[in-house]
Amino acid sequence: MSDDSSPRSQILNGIRRSLQRGPLSGEAKQAVEARLAAPPRGPDVARARLPQPEKVALFCQWAETNNATVARVAAGDVPGEVSNYLARNNLPARAAMAPSPLLEGYDWASQKMLSLRRGRGEGSDQVSITGAFAGIAETGTLVMASGPDHPVTLNLLPDTHVVVLREADIVGGYEDVWERLRARYGKDRMPRTVNTITGPSRTGDIEQAMELGAHGPRRMHIVVVRE
Amino acid sequence: MESTAHDFKHNVSDALANPNLQDSLAMLKVGFSERRRLAAERLPEFELLRDRARDIKNHALANLDFYLEEFERKVIALGGHVHWAPTAADARRIITDLCKSVGARTVAKSKSMVAEEIALNDHLEEAGIAPIETDLGEYIIQLRKEPPSHIIAPAVHLTKDQVADTFLEHHGPLGFTKRLTERNDLVAEARYVLRQKFLDADVGLTGANFLVAETGSSMLVTNEGNADLSNTLPKMHIVLATIEKVIPTLEDAAVLLRVLARSATGQESSAYTTLNTGPKRDGDLDGPSAYHVVILDNGRSSVLGTEMQEILRCIRCGACMNHCPVYGAIGGHAYGWVYPGPIGAVLTPQLIGVEEAGNLPNASTFCGRCESVCPVRIPLPKLMRHWREREFERHLTPKAVRQGLALWSFLARRPKLYRRLTGIANRVLALFGRADGRYGTLPLAGGWTRFRDFPAPQAGGTFHAQWARHGGARTRP
Repeated sequence: MSDDSSPRSQILNGIRRSLQRGPLSGEAKQAVEARLAAPPRGPDVARARLPQPEKVALFCQWAETNNATVARVAAGDVPGEVSNYLARNNLPARAAMAPSPLLEGYDWASQKMLSLRRGRGEGSDQVSITGAFAGIAETGTLVMASGPDHPVTLNLLPDTHVVVLREADIVGGYEDVWERLRARYGKDRMPRTVNTITGPSRTGDIEQAMELGAHGPRRMHIVVVRE
Repeated sequence: MESTAHDFKHNVSDALANPNLQDSLAMLKVGFSERRRLAAERLPEFELLRDRARDIKNHALANLDFYLEEFERKVIALGGHVHWAPTAADARRIITDLCKSVGARTVAKSKSMVAEEIALNDHLEEAGIAPIETDLGEYIIQLRKEPPSHIIAPAVHLTKDQVADTFLEHHGPLGFTKRLTERNDLVAEARYVLRQKFLDADVGLTGANFLVAETGSSMLVTNEGNADLSNTLPKMHIVLATIEKVIPTLEDAAVLLRVLARSATGQESSAYTTLNTGPKRDGDLDGPSAYHVVILDNGRSSVLGTEMQEILRCIRCGACMNHCPVYGAIGGHAYGWVYPGPIGAVLTPQLIGVEEAGNLPNASTFCGRCESVCPVRIPLPKLMRHWREREFERHLTPKAVRQGLALWSFLARRPKLYRRLTGIANRVLALFGRADGRYGTLPLAGGWTRFRDFPAPQAGGTFHAQWARHGGARTRP
């Protein structure tokens, strides 16, 4: 691929010299290729090995522990819950929303006071509404996959992030998310960005005391949808 | 960064006499380590996960060339670029050229220890490009023109009041003329100031916690979300990572993430863990149009296959320094270079030479707490001992220490003489009284007793004498 004096060869050959071998070949190479093709899982984390309803409950519990707020509603009540949340917290009834078919499935027109702009996040946005690719019960973590239906800026720029998550998308651990990502996008085509987000942005950089809202959202509200 | 590791003893004296630093360190000692303990207890599988994390990194290191090539292949397939940098100078040149190629005036930087290692900021500034640190702690120390004192909490040596003064000085000209007293107000002000800088930056530069060979992704863990803004808003995203950051698969990342956050801050999970794979795709509404990964060696490949190889497993959680009694007494700056604490005591001599940094591996009581909490089970005391041996072999140890060791080894090889002399020493010490069990002052031991008491010998003679009186060894092994 490149001559021996290239920086690339210098590094790779340096590694091989130290390991006292040439490039991997034969059985050694087949073994690592097989490991890549069928990645072995690490030790199972027992606390997330639960039937689906308890997984959902565990997700909610950890999300709240990590300073998110959670509301569990029926599909028909999603727009109403979002409006109420904004009103309850004295937030403007105006939001940037991900242009996602999943979100369009809810009857936003029912909320006469709520004004929505579909698109990416801007520095001036106060509230964003997005879906989520998955939720991880083990730690109450949301998984966001970027794409035309989910701009990354919506996860980061607004002060308040409202996330609509279907119960069916709540899984046990990271490993279940990786499987879903491979199934949806193909093993070799990850979305540009996969954000896994656990609660609002925070920092412990001043005297180790946690403060919320460092650079990302100060508030995160998760609407868990029963289906 | 210019090393002051050779001046370690002087640095230590300064650190011990710095009241602000000592206040900050007092908070550190109870904070991180207690939170880590609780987090480990909440996860029954934690020890198993540590074993697995160690094995994954060992496997990756044994096949490092393969996984790096695999990683490169995946990045290129998705429209990204990979640059190979054997030395720090190569990495600086590559990054500076990339910045110039898009006419960058400012670079939004997300905290990267590797960038500190290669003194990237100085070189960007020389090229007329302003690096803006966006991690709050790193931002604070950038304003103060200080190096980080901890690998995950760069401003842990500062008190809130010092931060307030720094912000007043630097944000005053921007119109923030009120001195703040609350932490959340300080955070909010920094957020406001940095938000505009994010929006204006031409390039986002981040490190990487892991490079995932399977998918060609760089993985970043933060609490603030600053790395995510850095990799999303500017038109170019540059990832700077060293060769040992590559791991095979996402499943391996899951294991490492579970031990990383718990070991670092005691959190179940950091707020943001992000996988970046290539540039913006067709149809994406945001994201950089160019994605570059700079893979830096800077001496690491030559560590492979040596007795020091285990240091390359390090995932930079900072647990070793959080649990180190020496770090807890002197803080990070005293170590004199980029990496402080036990990891620094092992890594610094490797990276900048034992002649410069030979003092660091000696700054350990070998209590072993660092090894006992290391998520990838690096035997840090053993590695420090290797450095001490090399330092001794190269005659870099001070004369007094060499003479002391020579005297001790002379006596240790002559047990009868040794017992006779220790018996005398025991009786002489007893003349100074042993009622309190310790001495506040002792002739010829002022260097010790100035800072701490010297333990008094117990009644009943030396250990050897008591041992013999109790019957000694009844069986020989």
